[in-house]
Amino acid sequence: MNSTGSNNKQAQRKAAMTVLAHSAAVDIAGRLAAITLPSHENLREPENGLVMMRGRIGGDGAPFNLGEATVSRAAVRLATGEVGFGYTLGRDAEKAQMIALCDAMVQSAELSGEVEAKVIAPLRVAMNAERARKAAETAATRVDFYTMVRGEG
Amino acid sequence: MYVAVKGGERAIENAHRLLAHERRGDRDVPEVTLAQISEQLALGVDRVMTEGSLYDRELAALAIKQARGDMIEAIFLVRAFRATLPRFGATEPVNTGEMQVRRRISSTFKDVPGGQILGPTFDYTHRLLDPQLAEGFVPEQPETAEASQAATPRVTDILGRDGLIEPSPQADSDAPVGDLTREPLGFPADRDLRLQNLARGDEGFLLALGYSTQRGYGRNHPFAGEIRFGEVEVELFAEDVGFAVPLGSIELTECQMVNQFKGSTTEAPCFTRGYGLAFGQSERKTMSMALVDRALRAGELGEEVGAPAQDEEFVMSHSDNVQSTGFVEHLKLPHYVDFQSELGLLRKLRQEFAEANQAVELQEAAE
Repeated sequence: MNSTGSNNKQAQRKAAMTVLAHSAAVDIAGRLAAITLPSHENLREPENGLVMMRGRIGGDGAPFNLGEATVSRAAVRLATGEVGFGYTLGRDAEKAQMIALCDAMVQSAELSGEVEAKVIAPLRVAMNAERARKAAETAATRVDFYTMVRGEG
Repeated sequence: MYVAVKGGERAIENAHRLLAHERRGDRDVPEVTLAQISEQLALGVDRVMTEGSLYDRELAALAIKQARGDMIEAIFLVRAFRATLPRFGATEPVNTGEMQVRRRISSTFKDVPGGQILGPTFDYTHRLLDPQLAEGFVPEQPETAEASQAATPRVTDILGRDGLIEPSPQADSDAPVGDLTREPLGFPADRDLRLQNLARGDEGFLLALGYSTQRGYGRNHPFAGEIRFGEVEVELFAEDVGFAVPLGSIELTECQMVNQFKGSTTEAPCFTRGYGLAFGQSERKTMSMALVDRALRAGELGEEVGAPAQDEEFVMSHSDNVQSTGFVEHLKLPHYVDFQSELGLLRKLRQEFAEANQAVELQEAAE
């Protein structure tokens, strides 16, 4: 694969991971139930751990350690060789496992279309709808200033 | 010094059993669930995550339940839990400029680009107890409006464009980031360590110190340049994957304090800044943190140093409520041997006093 192709693939994997990390495990499981899962083995047993979260001084300066977060991760290998990784905030190791499986499928020429259409795309719609709902609620609290003329009010 | 004493095992066991019973309270009252704590006591959960220094809503809710609502005990439980898990690495620094904003206000610019967005706030409420909330209250659905596509740049970025505010300090991308959970605290401490310390520091302690600067103990003329709360994306560079992997998003509150000037014969005067960042919606915490961050920069900015909030050793050594409570509460542990020796000494001193007085009385009687 040339470097543009691999960059595209990486961008596609990252976009899928974003959607999956934002989705509830039960919703991912529900979508995965609609497709035939390829045969696979665990390359890394799902496990819980921590990551140190970093911020930046002043928001845009040198990094500093803000505090930790729980994280789960897993890795799987399809019988056809693709290796998928799953990382997500929280302690739901099964969710990490499902993300890893999806990531492996995204890399498979035969499976990527199906996993995108039946798993990632509907979850993305739900994620965007949730974001839009929050944005609309927030927008209603925007202040519209007006200057009062003396004697008014 | 305290010494181990044996013999209380059964009493301790029964005390813990009684604690569990009292924690449950009246068994005719339904048990509170973690989801209820997380959803309905959300700001308490945010505080436990921030000062427990662990972002995990469910664990923080469990800690609050186990601690019977004692926040510092809950923070202690969360800190102790941390030690049970391996660390996979450090995330890429979060970009608060790209936050999906739920609240964003500036007290310095009325017409800040992106607008003043109040979000869910106690501000402008009347602070009157609401009897409706006692039971069965169903709030209205929130109003909605068309969301603006306009960016919400940080106020400090806007001031920075004209050079009116000092830039944030930059670091070499290879420079190690100080971590006080890994190395013992030493002084003087760099600003990265100070901010880590303040981020997990006790809100009440920082609030009092911040307030002290406003009352004149290390005055630094602050304006709340911007406070924002919302979701930011988190990424972790994973060696095995080979790129920065998205982990999902977390809620953060950020406060940018804009403070009075610095300048010199070679540098034009500009505003200085203090910074606050915390998990969840933690506005009072981040404002206090930003005031204290700025106060701790007094030496660096050539200001007279003398107030408690400007003394980094004083601030950083006493900000951690788990450490503080550990040392204060250890006074409850058996100090029988120590106390016996003090008692012995006191008896001796009193005897000497009595003997001296007796001698004086005898002498006076003789004269």
